[in-house]
Amino acid sequence: MHDLIIIGAGPAGITAAVYAARKNMNLLVISKDVGGQAAISGDVENYTGYQFITGPELALKFEEHMRGFDIALKENEEAVAVEKTGDKVTVKTNKAVYEAKSVIIASGKRSRELNVPGEKEFRNRGLTYCATCDAPLFKGKEVAVIGGGNSALDAGLQLIKIASRVYMINIGPDFTGDAVMRKKVGESGMVTVFSDSKITAILGDKMVTGIRINRQSKEQELAVQGVFVEIGLIPNSEFAEDIEKNRYKEIKINSSNETNIPGIFAAGDVTDIPEKQIIIAAGEGAKAALSAFGYMARTSWPAK
Amino acid sequence: MDKKILVYSTPTCPYCVRAKQFLKDNNVAFEDIDVSLNQAAGDEMVRKSGQMGVPVLDIEGEIIIGFDREKIKTALGL
Repeated sequence: MHDLIIIGAGPAGITAAVYAARKNMNLLVISKDVGGQAAISGDVENYTGYQFITGPELALKFEEHMRGFDIALKENEEAVAVEKTGDKVTVKTNKAVYEAKSVIIASGKRSRELNVPGEKEFRNRGLTYCATCDAPLFKGKEVAVIGGGNSALDAGLQLIKIASRVYMINIGPDFTGDAVMRKKVGESGMVTVFSDSKITAILGDKMVTGIRINRQSKEQELAVQGVFVEIGLIPNSEFAEDIEKNRYKEIKINSSNETNIPGIFAAGDVTDIPEKQIIIAAGEGAKAALSAFGYMARTSWPAK
Repeated sequence: MDKKILVYSTPTCPYCVRAKQFLKDNNVAFEDIDVSLNQAAGDEMVRKSGQMGVPVLDIEGEIIIGFDREKIKTALGL
């Protein structure tokens, strides 16, 4: 049995792993990927110590730091259930079953999907959820960004340097992202904004050839070769069935990263902490590891 | 016997970085093709793989989409 299982290897999970390793905890990290959302972030200019670093580079530095310790890492593996029975926590994955005295859930968030016809068929055939990854493939092409928040504006700003034309399809009347980014998009002269517009279908043959939108209650089609979906994120918390969540399905934690179940902790974007930032997730991961260590000390090594 | 290996990638895609690191860690020589700089190569990648996601690995004609460690190992006989 492990002392601690960490689910997720983004900034929160990796930092928790580093802290737990330094406490000599018998540790297992289970994750679908390494780096989490940080690995697909564009430019990072607010992680203290780096005035400028790209998301993928920062994620690699996190990974190197973690791999500096002898940590068991199960990659490409996804948790499907977490249950507490007696003093132990069982983590079921798509591949195996593990047991530990404590668990930290740091499984992060994933892109919200559009749920419109054509979305699944044209994924990676012109439709993408990662502007940072795939934008360079749309050189000289016409593209649409779906969304109106910071990630949509960020995608739009990456694409104006690459695409021949950028449409931004926003369901609301105005962008909700940062003023600085809104201004840059407006001043670029490259972006055609459709407000109060809802995407209703992705069109294409082998690859995307267009989208259908409902603009102020009128249906129309736009010819585009690329669709960038940036309509927010949802927490990867479905597997944590018995754990209390808020109405956004984020895991509720207290200031010591404890969930409603003793021995199960959570950290980072999957939790109800108010801000989702790389540096905050990392700090939360550190707190969760220290809390898990304290819990183990109290429960496994009782005072004589 | 060295196999001819092409990696279609972009500098900003994390799985491209990881795929290339995996090949380097296993002392496998490969040609890195940056499709953000080379549009013809990008088109070639789309034609070969039928999709636009990076990375795409071409291992002696066997096309592997994404950083699929197990498939890469099998294709390379690692």
